[in-house]
Amino acid sequence: MDWFPLYNSLRIAGISTVIIFFLGIFSAYYIARAPRLVKGILDVVLTMPLVLPPTVVGYLLLRVLGPKRVIGAWVLETFGVRLTMTWWSAIFATSVVIFPLMYRTARGAFEAFDETLAYAGQTLGLSNAYIFWRIRMPYCRQGILAGTVLAFARALGEYGATSMIAGYTPGRTATISTTVYQLWRTNDDALAFKWVMINMAISAVVLLSVNMLEKKQRTGRRAA
Amino acid sequence: MALYADIEKRLGAFHLKVRLEAEDHVLALLGASGSGKSMTLKCIAGIETPDRGRIVLDGVTLFDSERRINLAPQKRRVGYLFQQYALFPNMTVAQNIACGVRGGGKKDARVREMLAAMRLDDAANKKPYQLSGGQQQRVALARILVNEPDVMLLDEPFSALDSHLRFQLEGEVRSAIRRFGKTVLLVSHNRDEVYRLSDRIAIMRAGRIETVGEKAAVFADPKTRSGAILTGCKNVARLEKRGERLAYVPDWGMTLHTGADIGEAASIGIRMHDIHPAREGRNVQRCAVVEVIENPFSLTVMLRPIDAPQAVPIGWEVEKGAWTGADEVSVCLPPENILLLRE
Repeated sequence: MDWFPLYNSLRIAGISTVIIFFLGIFSAYYIARAPRLVKGILDVVLTMPLVLPPTVVGYLLLRVLGPKRVIGAWVLETFGVRLTMTWWSAIFATSVVIFPLMYRTARGAFEAFDETLAYAGQTLGLSNAYIFWRIRMPYCRQGILAGTVLAFARALGEYGATSMIAGYTPGRTATISTTVYQLWRTNDDALAFKWVMINMAISAVVLLSVNMLEKKQRTGRRAA
Repeated sequence: MALYADIEKRLGAFHLKVRLEAEDHVLALLGASGSGKSMTLKCIAGIETPDRGRIVLDGVTLFDSERRINLAPQKRRVGYLFQQYALFPNMTVAQNIACGVRGGGKKDARVREMLAAMRLDDAANKKPYQLSGGQQQRVALARILVNEPDVMLLDEPFSALDSHLRFQLEGEVRSAIRRFGKTVLLVSHNRDEVYRLSDRIAIMRAGRIETVGEKAAVFADPKTRSGAILTGCKNVARLEKRGERLAYVPDWGMTLHTGADIGEAASIGIRMHDIHPAREGRNVQRCAVVEVIENPFSLTVMLRPIDAPQAVPIGWEVEKGAWTGADEVSVCLPPENILLLRE
């Protein structure tokens, strides 16, 4: 059995989760402080991919990154690199789709943060970076962790936009989800079933680890 | 260590306009909730930014709207004790205190020293949620003291506590103030607390300081109606001027001589314990006893003049042993104890 789709899915999901982890957290942090109007507009724009059909996201991405479109053409001309139909093209698709998950959960977590802790840190002379990483993030870790894991799981399952921007090339751009579709289409039911089981196993492990982390945290808090 | 602040800030309908000065003593801001006490502290600490004004601490300008100076809270050397203490929940007691140590070097030694001084050695490795309220407050104070600020701001330090614990922790705060030895600003709405902890008192109402002075002077002459109420005067009513030192009080149905010129005063007040029984003399009133309310260690006798059955009763505080029970009584409201109050 060719394990490439597993490896490819994991690296795409892993890389996009790392990118979106930081992007989502910083957007959440700064947008929470923005004036109300800006906040309202950005909120709609940034959450949009969550409710758009993946094919619409794929279409919009192709409109921007396609070799004959604005950015795609420019990158192709300047660096000689095509942004579509490579394995890492899928990272664009998964990143856009999982961003709202990370952004939303991080914002929810930040909104629950007791701001006086940050003020206390400031009056004690702690730098804002220290307060962010050593006080705010630990305080919000539960929500942020949950958001990260959910984002990873969603990235792993991304199909629509990925298939449009990265296509399906066995051994090059194939992911688990595109492979399952391809195998089912070609009537290779046995192999399709194997990949389905693998996918379900990974999802189960991910969700189980979320639950365990949450439980650990809760018992830690309850001691109060 | 002198602190000077002259600030103005608008927040919706609320308008804060405060000028205060303090040097090496405890200045209390006494006011009802929403009078702008905490906002004043937050502006001094740099957590909130005033619209206009100037804040100078020990010769260093922290804020000056005209010169566009606005130091970050980190650079202000202002210690702030928050209502709920704001201990970092993910850190141990020792780590919390270590956060307060400025500069590198002998950090551990400083923390150990402070743990010992605040009797927190046994709690050093505990997390804040494992501590009692008293210990939490000691950690918060230790974290500020180790930070060596130039001024300490105490924001309703006992508001979250029941009365017994309150009294105990007040002692802790008093000794922390003594250890600190520099300017302290205390915010509270509790007059007893304020009287015991501070040297000077500023009475705040609706974003302004109405009265400021030595604490005994402010209690003796609170000058304003809200000042009288905040310092615990229960009998307050409007007056109608009948002479330079003669006032009619319609609510009470009494005409009273005052110890000082009425001037612009619009209200009158008398503390419950300043009233005493008397047969004759100035301001002696023959009163009916409307009600006797029993307090733990005293009685509050509610009185209404015999000839004014519609009047609002005034309270008179009597020691339990001194009250024998009566339907009528003659009391004196001594002119020198009458408070003349502006709006």
